[in-house]
Amino acid sequence: MGLKLSRWKATRDLMVGQKQSAGPERLLDGSVILTRLEAAVNWARKYSFFLYPFVTACCGMEFMSVAGPRYDLDRFGAALPRFSPRQSDLLMVVGTISHKQAPILVKVYNQMAEPKWVFAFGVCAVSGGFYDNYSVVQGIDTLIPVDIYVPGCPPRPEMVLDGLLLLQQKVKQERWSDWPRGEAPVSRC
Amino acid sequence: MGLMDASVTLKKLTEKFPDAVVGTHNYRGDDTAIVKKEKIRDICLFLRDDPDLLYNFMMDLTVVDYLGRDPRFEVVYHLYSLPHNRRVRIKALVPESDLTIDSVVSVWVAADWFEREAYDMYGVVFTGHPNLRRILLYEGFEGHPLRKDYPLKKRQPLIGPVN
Repeated sequence: MGLKLSRWKATRDLMVGQKQSAGPERLLDGSVILTRLEAAVNWARKYSFFLYPFVTACCGMEFMSVAGPRYDLDRFGAALPRFSPRQSDLLMVVGTISHKQAPILVKVYNQMAEPKWVFAFGVCAVSGGFYDNYSVVQGIDTLIPVDIYVPGCPPRPEMVLDGLLLLQQKVKQERWSDWPRGEAPVSRC
Repeated sequence: MGLMDASVTLKKLTEKFPDAVVGTHNYRGDDTAIVKKEKIRDICLFLRDDPDLLYNFMMDLTVVDYLGRDPRFEVVYHLYSLPHNRRVRIKALVPESDLTIDSVVSVWVAADWFEREAYDMYGVVFTGHPNLRRILLYEGFEGHPLRKDYPLKKRQPLIGPVN
């Protein structure tokens, strides 16, 4: 069964691996799209991120800006922050993660259902930033796998949107075999 | 409240504890007394209860690490007298060889979390404290990070070697 979406520009994304509309679609006068199931699912996933905002620091202000109407994450389908990890598939780590926060972050990550993605928002989440000290995690990728790194202190909203678009490109190219990823690698937390 | 009036505290303290008070000064009107740690609880009780002093408000308690000096540590108490509108700073000398000092929780309850923080960050043990555990850091943290000889790049076992 085809999706009745002809002439919608998203059609392009569905036709992964096909250069132009092939024979059968043309015969049926553009009312039918043929695609791979994998591509259709990825297309749906990349335009419907449900965020879990793990906001710990000043980057939160910038996150509010980018989620609000002026920059508007909703334009890219990532509109709804969910405040339960069970309901979300994009973990936004916004701000500094201290050692005491680390077990909580890992727990939240492990509670999210797969497929799930992680967005390191700001230089503290990326690498610890200038907090190279006794209490701060030196980059959340030492605890959980990260898909997109957006540095900046804090990052401009444009950088965040660019990161989101890059993440969409990444999701578009995923295969069934990429999932599940399994538990976060740091078991001591 | 003039300068002379503010020095009443130091005068009375020196008269009461001539052996325990190592030195005093009144730099720009800030009363400071440097004392031996053995009598700290008696000194605090006196400052709280003497009718001319009545330091009933413990504002701050912290530690300073003078690495390379002996005694290495100073426990600093900032007190305020609400009835007399006066402040005083008490510095108790604590050597590295005997990192203990009497707790003043029984004098001011406010000292409870201050002493836990000082223990957490500097490792000074407050004897007689009802619940001397780490307060900001976690159980399993190795070392006391605000000491001047805490290694800058030291990593903690809970989070792993890369952190």
